[in-house]
Amino acid sequence: MATKALEAAVRQQGRTAVIDLRGDIDSFGEVALNAAYAEAERRDAPAVLLNFAQVEYINSTGIALIVALLARARKSGRRLLTTGLSSHYVEIFTITRLADFMHIYPDEAAALAQA
Amino acid sequence: MTTFLRNLWQNLMGGGRRETPEVAALVTDRPRHAPGPAVDIAPNDPIVAYFQTASGAVEIDKLELNSPGLRALKTAGVKLAVPLVSQGELIGLLNLGPRLSEQDYSADDRALLSNLATQAGPAVRVAQLVRQQQIEAQARERLEEQLRVARLIQQTLLPKSMPDLPGWSISGYYQPARAVGGDFYDFLYLADGRLGLVIGDVTDKGVPAALVMATTRAIIRGTAVQFDRPGLVLERANELLVPDIPRNMFVTCLYAILDPATGRLVYANAGHDLPYRHHATGADELRATGMPLGLLPGMGYEERETMVRPGEIVAFYTDGLVEAHNPTRDMFSFGRLQKLMAAYAGTGAALVQFLLNELTAFTGPDWEQEDDVTLVTLERAATPPVDPDVATKWETLATFSWSSEPGNERLAMAQVAEVVTAEHLSPARLERLKTGVAEATMNAMEHGNKFQPEVPVDFVVLASPRALAVRITDYGGGQAIPEAQTPDIEAKLAGEQTPRGWGLFLIEKMVDEVRVTAGAGTHTIELIMYREGETHGNQGA
Repeated sequence: MATKALEAAVRQQGRTAVIDLRGDIDSFGEVALNAAYAEAERRDAPAVLLNFAQVEYINSTGIALIVALLARARKSGRRLLTTGLSSHYVEIFTITRLADFMHIYPDEAAALAQA
Repeated sequence: MTTFLRNLWQNLMGGGRRETPEVAALVTDRPRHAPGPAVDIAPNDPIVAYFQTASGAVEIDKLELNSPGLRALKTAGVKLAVPLVSQGELIGLLNLGPRLSEQDYSADDRALLSNLATQAGPAVRVAQLVRQQQIEAQARERLEEQLRVARLIQQTLLPKSMPDLPGWSISGYYQPARAVGGDFYDFLYLADGRLGLVIGDVTDKGVPAALVMATTRAIIRGTAVQFDRPGLVLERANELLVPDIPRNMFVTCLYAILDPATGRLVYANAGHDLPYRHHATGADELRATGMPLGLLPGMGYEERETMVRPGEIVAFYTDGLVEAHNPTRDMFSFGRLQKLMAAYAGTGAALVQFLLNELTAFTGPDWEQEDDVTLVTLERAATPPVDPDVATKWETLATFSWSSEPGNERLAMAQVAEVVTAEHLSPARLERLKTGVAEATMNAMEHGNKFQPEVPVDFVVLASPRALAVRITDYGGGQAIPEAQTPDIEAKLAGEQTPRGWGLFLIEKMVDEVRVTAGAGTHTIELIMYREGETHGNQGA
């Protein structure tokens, strides 16, 4: 197996739930990603920060997972933020227009300051 | 006749317009004294009805009537007024002051004047009609002259010939309405062999529209050489037009830049009708949003890009086509045009005539064309021309296969990256190629080979002096590789569409060119990435 199975851990920073992602975001990562998001929801965090610093690969299925999370967050009035994206994935988030709906921060401190 | 005539002509026709001196001279026969003051009589003045029915000369001093006209006549010193009546209509008055002898007018004088009025009435009427016709004829001539000027401006500024691009066929058509609208199209020959294509429509008609069209055309020509991006060109053109354009006028305009080598079409739209692209399975719109030029300063223009593939035709047009009406006042409409484009099966050049025939069939033979009709078609030849120079320079760097198991796209991606390590792609462009390869591999495994592990996906990596190519083939006989569509993220976020459907879109965006071919039960997608600074030539490997 070439993929690096996704691990997703949730930690609280003030009122923001930070989801640290490690591995690949593709079809194999669906369960871990959704479980982490559900945990953030349980904490009733008004903002959820996805930290991609340890993510090397996001494919179109991964994009679809993030779109689904974003739809879920918008429905419940939560803000979804991102940080740690490489310049390549910043470009992909821009092309797909994900960046129009979830703010991309250069680092965690900047994201938390705005959350 | 011993009295002199004071040429106090009142034209009671048309709301009290004064008769012209020429007409007055017909009956005044060189007055020996200067004319008296003109008297204005309103058409609804009671004295008008009185004059209309009076027989012969009327002694003004003896008249008692609550009439401003009568008071004016008295003030002007008129003693005798002789109504000029033609076909029951009062068309003028012959007004006389006191006799020079200071005696009253005799019965003979009045009889003579009545006699004169009987003959002068119809003559003056004829003179009035002739004059009126002359004025109308002059107005028509002025209008015709203006239309001739407008037509001249437009026809002078339209392209004299179509661009000659190998592998492409471009046609243009312009038919002005009788009143000449402000349609235009233009071709700009840009650096690196790219072609700029402009189509626009100025509101209003005639000379003002033609002048604004000429200005817009010149501004875009000037701006297009400064800026490489259609969105910026329209933005700048808007800034330049806003202060100079007459109020209530604006210009819709679409500007596209075609790279003939790759088929890449980058475009921005200032409120113009969306072009339609005819492709193998139908017709789609090339969307981009932006306000018309000349309305408001500080406007931004969305820039979009697409690939025009071999066999595809893009039709640019103006509203004179889609807003043409038939005798029952139905519009030709965008929907009809899109359906016609989807069903069309001929060449780009013949598409113009095809659409014009459809327009004629729709409007009927007695149609009076309401607005200019402009059409420009851009067709990419179905089979790219063979360039032996380039074709022979492709070198195979590697061939390999992977089974159709989820996750293998990651391995294929890494292997391609390794093969092209020495090919000096910039890190950003290498990342783009890798994503393109991973997505194309996933599609081949899933849609082509339906995840049957034993069915392979083949890879060929090639290099030419100007580009790299990765050819990915599936063998499972699954569905054909469809057109890439731009996903509607709003609909996905609203839960109206599946969140999936990003693969082909990403591939198109990541690499410089995508070519799709199909064989018996196989599909091949070829991803082409130019080396830095290379954007030209037929790069198909």
